[in-house]
Amino acid sequence: MNDLTRRDVLKAGVATTAAVAGAGLMPETAQAAWTGQPEPNAALRVLRWKQFVQGDIDSFMASTKKFTEQTGIKVRVDTESWEDVRPKAAVAANVGAGPDIIIGTNDDPFKFPEKLVDLTDLADYLGGKYGGWYDTCRAYGTQGRRWIALPQGVNVSCINYRISAIKKAGFEKIPEDLPGFLKLCQGLKSTGTPVGFALGHATGDANNWTHWCLWTHGGKVVDAKSNVTLDAPETVAALEYAKQLADTFIQGTLSWQDPSNNKAFLAGELGLTGNGISIYVVAKNSTDPALKAIAADMDHARYPIGPAKKFTEQNLTLSAFVFKYSKYPKAAKEYLRFMWEADQYNDWLIKSNGYISQPLKAYANNPMWTADPKNTPFRDGADRILVNGYAGPLGYASAAVMGDFIVVDMFAEACSGTQPPKAAASRAADRAKRYYLV
Amino acid sequence: MAVETHRLVQPGRRAGWAFHDSRHRLGALFMLPAAAILLVFLAYPLGLGFWLGLTDTKIGEAGRFIGLGNFISLAHDTVFWLVVFNTMFYTVVASIVKFALGLYLALLLNERLPFKSLLRAVVLLPFVVPTVLSAIAFWWIYDSQFSIISWVLIRLGLIHRYIDFLGEPWNARWAVIAANIWRGIPFVAITLLAGLQTISPSLYEAATLDGASAWQRFRHITLPMLTPIIAVVMTFSVLLTFTDFQLIYTITRGGPINATHLMATLSFQRAITGGYLGEGAAIADAMVPFLLAAILFSYFGLQRRRWQQGSRD
Repeated sequence: MNDLTRRDVLKAGVATTAAVAGAGLMPETAQAAWTGQPEPNAALRVLRWKQFVQGDIDSFMASTKKFTEQTGIKVRVDTESWEDVRPKAAVAANVGAGPDIIIGTNDDPFKFPEKLVDLTDLADYLGGKYGGWYDTCRAYGTQGRRWIALPQGVNVSCINYRISAIKKAGFEKIPEDLPGFLKLCQGLKSTGTPVGFALGHATGDANNWTHWCLWTHGGKVVDAKSNVTLDAPETVAALEYAKQLADTFIQGTLSWQDPSNNKAFLAGELGLTGNGISIYVVAKNSTDPALKAIAADMDHARYPIGPAKKFTEQNLTLSAFVFKYSKYPKAAKEYLRFMWEADQYNDWLIKSNGYISQPLKAYANNPMWTADPKNTPFRDGADRILVNGYAGPLGYASAAVMGDFIVVDMFAEACSGTQPPKAAASRAADRAKRYYLV
Repeated sequence: MAVETHRLVQPGRRAGWAFHDSRHRLGALFMLPAAAILLVFLAYPLGLGFWLGLTDTKIGEAGRFIGLGNFISLAHDTVFWLVVFNTMFYTVVASIVKFALGLYLALLLNERLPFKSLLRAVVLLPFVVPTVLSAIAFWWIYDSQFSIISWVLIRLGLIHRYIDFLGEPWNARWAVIAANIWRGIPFVAITLLAGLQTISPSLYEAATLDGASAWQRFRHITLPMLTPIIAVVMTFSVLLTFTDFQLIYTITRGGPINATHLMATLSFQRAITGGYLGEGAAIADAMVPFLLAAILFSYFGLQRRRWQQGSRD
């Protein structure tokens, strides 16, 4: 949101505090005063995911610099693609050396919870001050009652669509039910602006929509006790629905990787896809009139709701964790507190153009979410997601099933007609069992 | 005297042995750095890889010995067998075509051609470009919406819709094979060209005087003389193709529906992305028999040198 000024950011901070107090949003635990005292002469190393939006890292580094100026604690920030952060975090945990803080993804901290510093006091403080944590973010941060990681936000995916295209197909808005959504997609196909959802090994886009489709039909990879339940009628129903949906897809989606739908949408080839806010940001900030026109003609919506009767979206969630081997755990917590406080976090949200949505409810009041109504569907992403490996626990198996594209391949097999839905579900269940039984 | 002689001989013998010993010691000393490098950077990782394949190690977590558990599990894994097929198909087809086209190019470049040096430099270009860059170029060339090939064919009126190069399993297999061939030909061509230039022209002159045709000269002079270098080139070509990673990872990431996954890419996906180092290592271990076969092929191919040098084969 380039239209927002620093004054707006400050207002956002004040509004956040006022909203929390005024609306009587009592913290989940009474707001604890923060008394963290960093170790003398501390220095920190932080490893985080590489930015997709330049404003993200610019704001992050500016706040880090401010922290150093205020505390004297030097902080070195390294970035890696988020797929590379995972093995580095695991190796750091294993060898007991490396960055003090790592900001990783989804299940990462649940692979080595005993190696991490307890962040309960910090999470309670922030949760108390900023309206509480969203439930899914709490799930991504806690093991039992202990906070092992501090959720940083959710990389939200929404339906991205061309306004003119859905109107041409006879719709004013995106239907919120599955039959209506299918009908819209069929209409889009017949009017020459087809739909496109990735079915290739696209870590973000393909996992997002296939998990949504599975979960919204009531299907899941495992139950709460980690028994593999993929080979079930709900899964078959999800695959049959996806097969009908895939008939409305533009060609080539079986090979699509994460950037593919962005390119196709920005080239005007697509009427609808599933993606983060990045397509809109690129179009809106472009000087190309054709892209500007696409920005004006596009909007976002939530994914529809099926038999599960609740939001069942799947998005990448980012969390920060501190290793016990760190010589400066108090300084690390102080740094995280500083970065998660309203002054810094609101600025980061704004500069990131809504690429990440907040884990703390009070930050939903950031004016960036409503200054442009097209940003708003991304605001409550954390309220609409289920955790990875639903309905089982987070850990190695849930990460491996996603890393091995088991759900994506299952949908790809069914959608391409390579396997009947029942066989695709059965094959995927066999693959998943190998991870959950090890 | 006898005693004295004995005394005289003994120091001499001792001196000889000392020299002998010191030569051996010196030799061993000189070999130590190379041996250390081989041990640390080759033997140890290889041994560790084998060991990991026999454990259930996950990234960041010490594993336990499970014997052949990973291999038994892989034996029941349909994706693994599909990947073995993909790897074999990819390697065999790409290696044969690279050899045929590489040899053809080498023979052409060995002729008297205008701008010969320039042409040889141009042939090397695909090999010079970093693999990831050429892979990204192919990714665009094969794009289902923006392919330059499809665009040209449509403009020429030869097709009416874009070709789905990477979205259909067999199209994708052929597409990545074509990319591998493009990238691998220069290595084969330039190495074979070097081999061709070692063949004495007098052999061809003698054969021509005897009335040998071009085909006979190729069949009875070029091919036998080139055999040792062909063995080496093809061994390397097969090894490099079999262990290919970058092209697949960049162009398809193993898709669609694992149709282009190779053993190297699946090993990476399971070990690093998935976190199951033990299983990833087991997949890598499963590549070893194939690689050994390629090395043995080279070994026996090289033996033919003796025959060419006048010894018995």
